[in-house]
Amino acid sequence: MMFAVGLGHYLTVAAVVFTLGIFGIFLNRKNVIVILMSIELMLLAVNINFVAFSAFMGDLVGQVFALFVLTVAAAEAAIGLAIVVVYFRNRGSIAVSDINMMRG
Amino acid sequence: MMLAATFFYLFAVITVAAAFMVIAAKNPVHAVLFLILAFFNAAGLFVLLGAEFLAMILVVVYVGAVAVLFLFVVMMLDVDFAELRAGFMKHAPLGALVGLILLAELILVLGFQFAGAATLAVPAAPLPPAGAGISNTEAIGRVLYTQYALYFEGAGLILLVAMIGAIVLTLRHKQGVKRQSVAAQVARGKASAIEVVKVAPGQAVVPATERG
Repeated sequence: MMFAVGLGHYLTVAAVVFTLGIFGIFLNRKNVIVILMSIELMLLAVNINFVAFSAFMGDLVGQVFALFVLTVAAAEAAIGLAIVVVYFRNRGSIAVSDINMMRG
Repeated sequence: MMLAATFFYLFAVITVAAAFMVIAAKNPVHAVLFLILAFFNAAGLFVLLGAEFLAMILVVVYVGAVAVLFLFVVMMLDVDFAELRAGFMKHAPLGALVGLILLAELILVLGFQFAGAATLAVPAAPLPPAGAGISNTEAIGRVLYTQYALYFEGAGLILLVAMIGAIVLTLRHKQGVKRQSVAAQVARGKASAIEVVKVAPGQAVVPATERG
């Protein structure tokens, strides 16, 4: 059947989204917020992989682990954005190239 | 089957297109909105895969909390985003090269290796059979609160640490605002509170703090 959707289809979608996330980091090297969004896209692609394997392999643990990935992604976004806000207060800029205060 | 395939291609195409717009959008607010669109369509993919609980969590947590947090920060910071986009295409060829190589590898390895994979011989927690009357949420709960209870509490701990960390990072006390200091109030004793002064006739009473 030509239109049958298999595991490979889902993995391909996840691979494309993951690659777009990596490409986004290269493309928006100066903007921290867009880099954080690219990381969120990559974590979403990982989650699609987990859920697709879980569904096609008949094992629920993939979905449980995807839940933990979601938890860590939410925590990471909160901390990352808090750091961006503090940094903007101190320096008035969020350009990645300006973040060199801790250079020795 | 045909309907499911149609919806798969719909959700997949919109997810990929929205993900592309997230990294290509000029305005970061638009990027956040496209991120929300990508999350919604990924939730649709999860529903197609039979993971309804994760789909709803994705909508509630990601769209409701994380994406709104992004939107909030993007709108709150007064940043010149046009300046940040200067040199936008400078690293695009390198990024495109890395991305294309990675994409080709991922599709070659994953897309075809597992295309015909059967179910696991011994699943750690098998999916409930379709006719068992157990919903996806209930099945996840049965595994999560028994076998993975420790990891579940660990996840809660991570969220607590993230919450406290975000508060500590962004909390700031304004200068010149009078605040109640309970410790200072409790530590105040009779000796530092009152002072008995002998006032000679014709002299003013000068407080101890202003005396030379």
